[in-house]
Amino acid sequence: MIQFLGEVAAWFGDSANWLGTSGILNRLREHVQITVAATAVSTVLAIPPAVWLAHRRIGGTFVVAIVNIGRAIPSFAIVVLFLPISIRLGLGIGFWPTFLALLFLAVPPMFTNAYTGVAGVDPDLVEASLGMGMTDREVLLKVEIPMASPVILAAVRVAAVQVVATATLGALVGWGGLGRFIVDGFAVRDNVVVFAGALLVAGLAIVTEIILGAVERRVVPATLRSRTEGIESVVA
Amino acid sequence: MIVFAQAAGGFFSWEWVVNHLDDIWDRTVEHLMLTAIAVGVGMVISLALSVVALRYRWTYAPITWFTGILYTIPSLALFAFLVPITGLSVLTAEIGLVSYTLLILIRNMVAGIDGVPPATVESARGMGYTNRGLFFAVELPLALPVIIAGIRIASVTTIGLVTITALIGQGGLGFFILRGLNLFYSPVGTTQIIVGTVVSVGLAVVVDLALVGVERLATPWSTRRAAA
Repeated sequence: MIQFLGEVAAWFGDSANWLGTSGILNRLREHVQITVAATAVSTVLAIPPAVWLAHRRIGGTFVVAIVNIGRAIPSFAIVVLFLPISIRLGLGIGFWPTFLALLFLAVPPMFTNAYTGVAGVDPDLVEASLGMGMTDREVLLKVEIPMASPVILAAVRVAAVQVVATATLGALVGWGGLGRFIVDGFAVRDNVVVFAGALLVAGLAIVTEIILGAVERRVVPATLRSRTEGIESVVA
Repeated sequence: MIVFAQAAGGFFSWEWVVNHLDDIWDRTVEHLMLTAIAVGVGMVISLALSVVALRYRWTYAPITWFTGILYTIPSLALFAFLVPITGLSVLTAEIGLVSYTLLILIRNMVAGIDGVPPATVESARGMGYTNRGLFFAVELPLALPVIIAGIRIASVTTIGLVTITALIGQGGLGFFILRGLNLFYSPVGTTQIIVGTVVSVGLAVVVDLALVGVERLATPWSTRRAAA
């Protein structure tokens, strides 16, 4: 075991493993690139409709249904399923099947978490705002969205961490990213590479969680912090 | 339109399904076994850790912190960590799967017991219940709806994760997804991907509904369902 860890350390110490197309730095760049792209697009697709529908109190039952179904859908299956779909759409292998699968998996939990956040704003507060003469638009922009902001940010964080995890599986459909080390390591039965890849992937997921968690604490006022407790997260 | 029909026709082969019903059944059973072991072992560990967390409050934060880190590690990476140690085995798959159930189960167990009304606990003590009797005869039964809600989430999550264990030589229905991946250019491949996915999701729905049934039977006094 000690010897094995020594080999892993030696692997990390070899600059040849850091540079070039299949080096750690490039794989990390690919991983971060697709994560940022998928999280950004998912945010645009999921948050505005969620906030609007929750404001109007439309679709509560629908939200519960997607939470339950979403948990049952295996991310592995979706990544693999999008490979033939992407090819039939003429988008090829690699980036697109991974990206589309990431969107498919990230949008529903982000939508439901943001919806729950806005719908969960204390009705008395909304009532009071209306009583003070705020318009519908002001209630949304000045009360509901600020009150729900911790939950909305947490929804983005949870989705980003999930996207980092699922992007690992992109290595199965021809995308790069850090998952390459694990998948290629499995293929040639090289446990050192498999283990090193696992360290990189786990490290990136945890660092993403920590950074976005820190951003959240910076941005969210202390009085609103406890509101992110019941947020839905998914293992991928 | 014709192109679309051809594309759809080349996507799924009922013939393959009919010829492989036995295979599908065997993999479904394997999938259920992997899930049942993971959730079962996860429940035992979680119950023990929950009891510790309830008895010694200060341990709750480190316990959820540690299980939270396990939960954050991407599944492929967690399995990859274990392969050098435990090989491409059922044990590797189960250690990973169990790890993911802990956070959900412990959180719901502790929340469930915490949710028991203090007045009820007080009355039970007044009636002469000892600590142990109080826990097993009063607190645990009253916490059951919340605990079962946790078991439902853990089970459905595990059923999805079992498919990934195909990459380490296990997989249940994930076996079809992996084999389909290798044959993705042919209808035989896409059929297997779709079968693996649909049956796995179906299994999750059936297990979830079965657990709702268990909850109703186990808590005949409660008329309303706990939120999942």
